[in-house]
Amino acid sequence: MIDLIIDITLLTFLAITAVAIVRLSNLFATVMLYGIFSLLSAGLFVVMDAPDVAFTEAAVGAGISTVLMLATLALIRKPNESSYIEAPQTHLPWLPLIVVAITGSAIVYGTWDIPGFGAADTPAQTHVARYYIEHTLEETGVPNIVTGVLASYRGFDTLGEVTVIFTAAIAVMLLIGGKRPKPEAKRDEEEVQDEA
Amino acid sequence: MRPNLILHVIAKFIIPMIILFALYVQFHGDFGPGGGFQAGVIFSSAIILYSLVFGLRSAEKIISEKWLRFLAALGVVIYAGVGFISLLLGGNYLEYSKLGSNQIAGQHLGILLVELGVGITVAAAMLILFFAFAGRGRE
Repeated sequence: MIDLIIDITLLTFLAITAVAIVRLSNLFATVMLYGIFSLLSAGLFVVMDAPDVAFTEAAVGAGISTVLMLATLALIRKPNESSYIEAPQTHLPWLPLIVVAITGSAIVYGTWDIPGFGAADTPAQTHVARYYIEHTLEETGVPNIVTGVLASYRGFDTLGEVTVIFTAAIAVMLLIGGKRPKPEAKRDEEEVQDEA
Repeated sequence: MRPNLILHVIAKFIIPMIILFALYVQFHGDFGPGGGFQAGVIFSSAIILYSLVFGLRSAEKIISEKWLRFLAALGVVIYAGVGFISLLLGGNYLEYSKLGSNQIAGQHLGILLVELGVGITVAAAMLILFFAFAGRGRE
């Protein structure tokens, strides 16, 4: 019963936040609402007994990505411009409504085939999940099955994920990292040299 | 940046607790929720908070970009290295059971080292991302 009340409260707040994100044109407030949205999702994951996922969502979604988006906002803002002006609308006003209605009904149609929440006879529960639940403790000695699966059974996947994060850091360093002492003057010189 | 006494005091109070919590999540991931990925992000958020309150230059004094590049690579090397050591000990790649005297001990050591590698790489990568974005506006 208490779970149901918390679920309904969190989902209501999620919906309110989503509508507010769509309606706001101030980018700073939108970024803040994204953070709140992630925090509410993390709360939902806790209610669904997935604390590991909730942890990641709260730390990455509400924490790091909000900070990164704020840093980006500070970069794209021109110094003499006080607020952000939205680009003028170029499409018909009812076009987004049609797109949303079609996509939304497709998604709702898709949910009819989804098995019930926590149903035991779904393919996801009957294949390898059963083996992990029965054998993780005796094979790895780790009480937290999520850690056992991530680090031991699926060690190759996690190695790949770490490599992806490492590669992302390298890519960002190559694209925008390092200090650039003189932006305009130097670039003009280089272009002239390139043409010559 | 205008100095703000309340922010400075609260940040100095909170940052050690965030780092301690990150270490707890890192090394307690076997038993409770968490693990290397979450711990790395929490650890980096402590330094990002420091950088937001005290300025980017002070944060770069704690840990320079050169060290961050080294650490980001080090984490991947630790992870992949555990795999190669288990190869050398006669097992398959990333077969932790060969690392210890018995299966449980080997798995424990393997998971601990691997999670440590994940944590180091994630923390360093997040800080590299933040410093790259935040340092770009600076001339």
